[in-house]
Parts: sequence; C-alpha cells; structure tokens
Amino acid sequence: MSTAPAPVASRPRSDPRAASPKRTNTRRRGWRTLGWALLFLLPSAIPLTAFTLVPMISSAWVSLHDWNLISPMEWVGLENYRELLADPRTWDVFANTATYILGYLPLVYIGGLGLALALNRAMAGIAFLRGAYFLPVVTSWVVVALVWQWLLSPSNGLVNTVLGAIGLPEPGWWTDPTWAMPSIILASVWKDLGFVMVILLAGLQALPQEVLEAARVDGAGAWRRFWHITLPLLSPSTFFVVVISLINGFQVFDQVNVMTDGGPAGATQVVVGQIYDLTFRYGRAGDASALSWLLFALVLVITAIQIRGQRRWVTYA
Amino acid sequence: MTPHRRRAARLLATSAVVALAVTACSQGSASNDDPTDAEGSGDGQTTLTYMNFSSNGGNEENLALVVDAFEADNPGITVEVETFPYDDYFTVLQTAVAGGTEADVFELNYENFVTYALNGSLAPLEGVDEAAYKPSLLEAFQLDGTQYGLPESFSNVVLFYNADLFEAAGVEPPTADWTWADERAAAEALTDTATGTWGDYQPISFHEFYKVLAQNGGEFLSEDRTEATFASPEGIEAAEWLVEKSGTVMPTTADGAGTPDFDTNLFTSGQLAMWHTGIWMFGPLADVDFAWDIAVEPGNTENASAMFSNTAVVSARSANTDAAQAWAEYLTSSEAMVQMRLDTGWELPPVADESLLAPYLEQTPPTNRQAVFDSLDAIVLPPAIESQTEMQDIVTEELTEAAAGRKSVEEALTSAQERVTALL
Repeated sequence: MSTAPAPVASRPRSDPRAASPKRTNTRRRGWRTLGWALLFLLPSAIPLTAFTLVPMISSAWVSLHDWNLISPMEWVGLENYRELLADPRTWDVFANTATYILGYLPLVYIGGLGLALALNRAMAGIAFLRGAYFLPVVTSWVVVALVWQWLLSPSNGLVNTVLGAIGLPEPGWWTDPTWAMPSIILASVWKDLGFVMVILLAGLQALPQEVLEAARVDGAGAWRRFWHITLPLLSPSTFFVVVISLINGFQVFDQVNVMTDGGPAGATQVVVGQIYDLTFRYGRAGDASALSWLLFALVLVITAIQIRGQRRWVTYA
Repeated sequence: MTPHRRRAARLLATSAVVALAVTACSQGSASNDDPTDAEGSGDGQTTLTYMNFSSNGGNEENLALVVDAFEADNPGITVEVETFPYDDYFTVLQTAVAGGTEADVFELNYENFVTYALNGSLAPLEGVDEAAYKPSLLEAFQLDGTQYGLPESFSNVVLFYNADLFEAAGVEPPTADWTWADERAAAEALTDTATGTWGDYQPISFHEFYKVLAQNGGEFLSEDRTEATFASPEGIEAAEWLVEKSGTVMPTTADGAGTPDFDTNLFTSGQLAMWHTGIWMFGPLADVDFAWDIAVEPGNTENASAMFSNTAVVSARSANTDAAQAWAEYLTSSEAMVQMRLDTGWELPPVADESLLAPYLEQTPPTNRQAVFDSLDAIVLPPAIESQTEMQDIVTEELTEAAAGRKSVEEALTSAQERVTALL
C-alpha cells in the first residue's frame, strides 16, 4: 500500500535521541499520526460500528427486557438470564450444539487433511480436482441442505435406495431423532471439507522441504515423516482451522434450519436456531438476546483457552 | 511525504469517507420508500400497499381481480400487493411492524388478531357498513367494542373423499351421520398397502387436535384460562384417534407425510380415499380425473368443525388511513369480491345476505356443497393465547412424538399440557 513508506520515512525524524529539545513537536506529531490512522480506519470502522458494535450493544440492552418486537419493551433486569439458566431446554440446545461440534470437528479436520495430502502433488488435472473439492464451500447452504435432505430422504432418497439394494438397514435419517444430528454433521462435513483442505494445502506447500529431506536421508519412513515432521510443522494451519471451525460450529444454523428445522422433537435444535425461534416465532426477543450473550461468553472463553493452550502444541517453524 | 502529497492523500482519504457516508445514506434512505410514508405524490395519486398470505399458492390472480375492480372504481388510488407464504408471513409481518415498515393494509388470522389489536398497531375502523357482514364474523374482529378488522372471508375443514375408491371397494361413502367409528372402519377397508392406497389423511398437529378434542367433548383451556386441560380422558382418546391413524391407515412422517403438498399429491393421484382438509382445495381439485365429494367431518360424542376467518386491518401508522379503510372495505364487502369468490371457489365471502351465496351451492364438484354450510352449525374456534405460536409448536411436537412411538399418547399430552400451562 502507498501508506507504508510514510511511517518508515518519518521514523528517523522522531528518534527520541535527536528530538529531546523538540518534545512538544514530537508529541504533536504523535497526535497527528493517530489522527491519520483514525482517518484511514474510518472506512472499515464505520460499517463495523453500524453493523456489529451498535447491534451488539442494543442486544445487551434488549436482553434486560421483555420484548415481543411489536409492543413497547418492559424492563426485567437479569430475569431473562435467570430464566434461561433454569430452563432445561437451554441446556438441551447447548448439548445439541456440543454434539454437533464433537462429530463435525474431528471428521472435517481428518477428512480435510486427507484430501490436502492426496492433492499435494503434481499431477494432471490437479487444479480441477482442487477446484471441485472447493466448490461446495462457495455454494449456498440452502442449496446444499436441500440436496442432502433429498439424498437422505428416508422413503425415496438415493442413500437409502442404495443401502436397501445391498441389504443394509435404512435409517430414518432426518426424521429419526437418533440419526438427525448425524445427517446434519454429514452434510456439514461434506460442505466444509474443501475449506479445511485449502488451508492445510497451503500449509503443506509452505513446509521447509529440507527438513523432510533430512528425515528421509536419516531413514524415516513415510508414516514417521508424517507423524513427527509434517504434522507438527503443520500445527499453525491446524490451529487456525480448529479455531475457525469451532467458532463456526457454535454458530451452526443454516443447514439445521433447512434440513430439520430443529426437529424431530428438538433433537437438532441448536443455540442459534433457538435464538431465531425465540425472536421470530415466539416473539421473545429479550430471551433470545440473553441467549446470544450466553453463546458469546462461551465462544469467548473457549477461544481464549485455545489461544493460551496453543503454546503447548503449535510449532512456528 | 511532501506537504503537497500529504494534502493529496488527505483529500483522497476524506473523499473516500465522504463517498462511504453518501452510499451509506442512500442505502439508508431506501427504507424511506416505505409505503406508509408514500403520501399522494404531486398528481393526487395515492399508493397503498396490501400484504397478505391467503392468496399465496394459486389465488394470486383471483386477488388481482378485486384489486383491478377497486382501482377502476377509485381512480387516484393504486394498490400494491405483497404476497408471502403463510409459513413466513408472520415473521415478515412482525419484523415489518417492529421496523415501522408494515403495509397500509395487511391480513391477519383470528389467532393473531388479538395480539396486534392489543399492542396498538391497528387503526380503529369507524363508519363501516356493519349490515353488510355476517354479524358473528364482524364481532370476531372487535376488541372492547371497537372494530379493528373486517372479515375477508371464511372457510372450514370438511371430509373430502375419493368416490371412485369407495365404489370400487364396495364401501358406503361418508354421510353427515358418520362418527369416528364409521370413518375408522372405512379407512381400514380402503387401505391397501399392496397398491400404495391409503384410507385416511389427517395431519397430526395443533390445528387438528383442538378440533378432535371438541369432537370428543373435551376442553383445551380451563374456564378462567389459567391452565391447559387437554390431557383429560377425552383429550387422550382424541389424540389416540389422530395418532393411531399414522402407519395403519395413513402414511407416516418417514413416508413423507407433513412435507409440502404431500397430501395434495396423494389425493390427486387417486391414492387416498379420505382427506381432512379445507374448502380452499375446491379450485385445485376441479380437474382431477376421478369423482370426489365432501361430507361434514365425523365427530365422536359431538360434531365440531374448524372454521377459519382472515381479516383485513389498517395499520395505525398508515399515512392514508381513509384510502386504506376504503380498500379494506372494498376487499371485504364489495360485489366484485363476492363475485370473484363465488366464481373461483376461493373461500367464502363474509356477507350477511346468504341469498348471495346461492350460486356457490349450484357449482360442482363437489356435489354436496351444502356440507360446507352444514359444518357451520357446530364450529370450534382455535384457542387463542398471547404465546400462540409457541403453544401450537408444543402441541404439534408432542403429538408427533406420540405418532412416532417415542412417547405414549398420555405421556405426550401430559407433557404438552404442562408446557402450555407454563405459557399462560
């Protein structure tokens, strides 16, 4: 960017050793730099304020009220939080979300890593293959969810037709509470594999070849090279994928809304789905806002733990 | 950086910010196009908006007939129609009202009318020609003696049957004297899993349950409306009547029941003998290649039929309340509307003068149109509470659990009763 040279050029001039007689001048220049920084930040600060900060602050305010969106708000203090924490359905939706993450995260990581390893080579049509696996990532969730809903349709879906033909049991998929969450996880993993693949592929291609080469010369087999060299060196990419996937996992909504709408019998009702239903179906925007803040707090704590914990296992080569 | 360059950079940054602010404003002002602000423009033209769900799914053109007639009779007023599917309608409306962008005139159903009337969203309607409307329907949309809505139409649910299937199986077709036992016997006789023919279809949902509860003499809420009372012996028997159909004489959820148009497709393909659905299906069924007719829905200890009535209301924030009320009155009582509803069979006009309905009875199919009016002799209205949608969802969810065999009917109803009582 054209702004980059400016601070570099001005750094020698603001050197404290040289500037002691002109301290006021330096301070003024410091303020001026801040002003400049703010001015250049404005284009992203304005939308961030308007569409993220202001809604967040208003949702905190709404969470202290009873409000059905169409009548005036009624102050209830922390009552919404107390009610939510005492309501077993709140714990159900957090438990369902946790089930989703526990199924989704390992599968999408292992699957994405497998794909990245398989596609990390020079061969004919590699660009096409990488593109094909990435295509679901940029496809609308509604389209993907409708296709999976059809594939997994218990009565006339492709999956059950095939299972039936080879004599395997045909699960009720999204109509059976036992299978509904696995159905959602399956569709989500399929869609997000390409994203994980791309991140890990970039990580793999940046690995220092000399280290792998040295291991090979020392006689390490393919498995040992993968386990002791590739995987540890890939840990920054892994860390990024895990943090992002976990945050996305907590916000799972689209696929659930389209495929099961939280059913059957609430078996796939997740936190964001509950927030949506509370606001737009049941007119309980206060409860919904309070639940949003509980979710926010949980994601914040878990992400903080991850960032602290990364020192133990993430290797920056 | 030279001072000159610095000035240029500042200019650039400033203009970027200004450009952003300008685009932000112009996006913001899009909401100022909202219809309620659209006072007649210079040429004395008034544009009204009308938001509805009832014309969705096949009756959009029929609604347009009334709009065209209104605009011809009222030069200077244009009506813009916004139609949403029922499933999304109340979400859209709630959000529009919260944001102050609701249409000048919009549609409500009976269950949601009270909520909107109570919170002051609706303009009181004065000087309405009350004599034009069926009194019971007009009264349904009053609150404390003030008229807040005009009945648009009414419709009810009857028992549709495929006469050819009955004849082929040698089973006597339904009559007004039937009870649940007769329906059950016929449904069992007509179900043929080999050919994929089902005897009966009745959704397992709140809207069927409050009705079968009444057909069995049960009460949904206590008299003082402080608790739900439907897990009574009458309620359990009524729920069993619904739930036991699933998988025996009626397809299950796993077969696809409950997905959009599943029941319509089953009936129109000639694979369903009896179907509990509304008279709004007369039009769509006009062209099927088998004989069909209707009967009053059978009851158990008593008869009870569901009746639905939608209402046109005027937004309290409308800038054109007079024109809006004129449209609401035209939509609900004009000759053009009566004519359109009789011609197309799209629900029934809410008129006081029942002689106007004579042409409706002369049309076929179905031959037994009289059953539409006979059903009105014993009607049951849905219980209406403030947390309406939540109550409906709870009852439907628990009944679905019972139908899937994951809970006993008694467990499901007891749990539903506790959860609904908690809402009151």
